[in-house]
Amino acid sequence: MGKRLSTGIGRKALERWQLYLMILPALTYLIIFAYKPMYGVLIAFKQYYMKKGVWGSPWVGFDNFERLFNSYWFPIILKNTLTLSLLSLVIGFPVPVLLALMVNEVENTFLKKTFQTVSYAPHFISTVVVCGMVTLFLSPTSGIINQFIAALGGEKVAFLQQPKMFKWIYVISGLWQSSGWSAVIYFAALSGVDKQLLEAAEIDGANRLQRVVHINLPVLVPTIVVLFILQCGSLLNVGYEKTYLLQNDTNLTGAEIISTYVYKMGLEKSDFSFSTATGLFNSVVNCAILITMNALSKKVAKTSLW
Amino acid sequence: MKKTKMRASRGDRLFVFVNGAVLILLFVLLIYPILFVISASFSAPDMVNAGKVILLPKGFTLDGYRRILQYDEIWLGYANTFFYTFVGTLLNLVFTIPCAYALSRRDLPGRGAIMVVFMFTMYFSGGLIPGYLNIKQLGLLNTRLVLLISGLVSTYNVIVSRTFFASTIPWEMHEAARVDGASDARTFVSIILPLSKPILVVMALYYGVGRWNSYFDAMIYLRDRALYPLQLFLREILIQSQLSKAMLANATDAETALALANQANEANLIKYCVIIVSTVPMLAIYPWLQRFFAKGVMIGSIKG
Repeated sequence: MGKRLSTGIGRKALERWQLYLMILPALTYLIIFAYKPMYGVLIAFKQYYMKKGVWGSPWVGFDNFERLFNSYWFPIILKNTLTLSLLSLVIGFPVPVLLALMVNEVENTFLKKTFQTVSYAPHFISTVVVCGMVTLFLSPTSGIINQFIAALGGEKVAFLQQPKMFKWIYVISGLWQSSGWSAVIYFAALSGVDKQLLEAAEIDGANRLQRVVHINLPVLVPTIVVLFILQCGSLLNVGYEKTYLLQNDTNLTGAEIISTYVYKMGLEKSDFSFSTATGLFNSVVNCAILITMNALSKKVAKTSLW
Repeated sequence: MKKTKMRASRGDRLFVFVNGAVLILLFVLLIYPILFVISASFSAPDMVNAGKVILLPKGFTLDGYRRILQYDEIWLGYANTFFYTFVGTLLNLVFTIPCAYALSRRDLPGRGAIMVVFMFTMYFSGGLIPGYLNIKQLGLLNTRLVLLISGLVSTYNVIVSRTFFASTIPWEMHEAARVDGASDARTFVSIILPLSKPILVVMALYYGVGRWNSYFDAMIYLRDRALYPLQLFLREILIQSQLSKAMLANATDAETALALANQANEANLIKYCVIIVSTVPMLAIYPWLQRFFAKGVMIGSIKG
C-alpha cells in the first residue's frame, strides 16, 4: 500500500472495510434498480426506439412534453390527481390525530386496546381486497349500501359508474383503511405526555377538553408538522394501485390520474417516451412542492426534513 | 397515575360521554364491513342479494368455501405468495439490516455522502417506464426473481433501522468490542444482532405486509400464470369478475334470465369467500405483533 493510505482518512476507511462490505449489497441494488433507470429518463426528451436503446434514439427536445400539455387528457388527469390528493390530505390527515386524542382519553385499558387493535385491521387487508369489497358493497343491484338506501326509501345509485362520485369513494375507503394505522405514531407520541403536567392542570381547574387541547395536542405538533411536509411532498403521488382497480370505462373522467395514465400510455400503448415524459413531469412537480414546503416549515415551524 | 378523588365536573362528564359515543360509532363503522363479509360468505347468495343479511348469516351454507377448495389457482397463488413473502422478506432483511448498522457507525468515513446517495432515491425516481425497460434489459421479465428483487431496499426502512442502531446501541459497546479484538463483522454478528430483535420484527412486518399485499409489480412484470401471486388471481375474481367456469355450477347453460341472475349471485358468494380466505392469515398474525408497531413508528420519527 502507498504511503498516503497509511495515515489519515484512507487508513481509517481501510480499517472499516467490513462495514463498507455490509453497505455494498444495498448500494449496488440502488445503483442498478434506482439510479440506472434515472438515466433512462432521458427518453422523455427522445423518440425512443427499442432497437437503438436510450442513447442511440434521436433527440426530440420538449416535443413529448408539448404533446402532453396539449393533450385532451392532461387537464383532466391533473385536476383529478390534485382533487384526490388534496381531498385525502384535508380529510385524511386530521382524522388520525383526532382519533389518537380521543382514544387516549379512554380510561379503560381493555377498551382502549380493543379499539386500537380493530382500527389497525383494515391496514392489513390488501388493496385488491379492499377494492373488491368497495365494488361489492356499491353494486347497484345487490350492494349492501344500496340495500340500506332502498330500505330508507331512496333511489339506488350506481356509485362506481359516476365520475363525480369517484373522489368520495376513494377518500372514504382510504379513511377506513388507513386512519387507525396512521394514528399509531400519534398514540406513541401521546404516551410521552408528562403525567404530572396533566395532574397539575387538573388541580388548577382545567377541564378535560382544555387538558387535551393545551397539553396533549401540543405534544403532537412536531410529529404533525413532519408528517404534513412528507404528505405534501407526495401530493401528486396518489395511490395508483387503488385508483387503477376502481377505474372503469364509465367513471374514467373522474378517475384517471397521472400515474394510471402513465401506466396505460406506457405499458398498454407502448408509447414509452411520452409516458416517461408524463412521469417525469409528475416527479419534478413533487420535488418542487417538497422543497418549497420544507423551506416554508423551516421558517414557520422550525422543523424540517433536512 | 393515582386515581383522582375530585368529582368530575359536569363538563367533563359530557366530554366523556360524547367521546365515548363517537368512538363507539367509529368502532361500528370500522368493524362492520369485515363482519358483513364474514356473514355473507356463510349465507345463501339470494339472501345476501335480497338485503336480508344484516349482521348474522342467513341460510347458512359452506357452498362458497367448498367451491374455492376446488379452485386450484387460488392455492397456486397462495403458494407463490408464501414464497415471495418469505424469501423476499428474508432478502429484505439481509440487504437492509447490516447496511443500516454500518451506516449508523459514526466512525465510518464517508457515511454522510453514502446517506445522500440513499436518500436521493426517496425523492426522485426514474419512473415506471425507465424502470420497466431496465428490468426488461436485464432479462428479468416474467421470472420469479423480479418479484424478489423489486422493493429489495427501501431507503425509508434503512433510515428507520439506522436510527434504531444509533439510538439503542451504546457507543461504549463498540469500543469494548474493539479492545477485545473483535472485527466489525464479528461485532455485528455476535453483539449487535442479538440486541436487534425489535427492529428485525418491525422490518419483517413492514416489508412482509407490503409483499403479501402488493399486486402492481406482478401485474407489470409477470405473464406466466404459474408465477402469479395470490393478489393477481384475486384481482381477476374480485375486480374483473373473471370466474372460471368450473367454479360456477350453473355456468354451462346460463341462458334464461333466472340462470344468469343465479350465476351472478353465486359469483358474489365466491367473492365474499375469497376475501375471507385470502385475508385471514394477515388478520390472524397482526394482533400478536402489535406491541412492536409503536416501537417501529417511534424509531422512525426520531430524526437520525
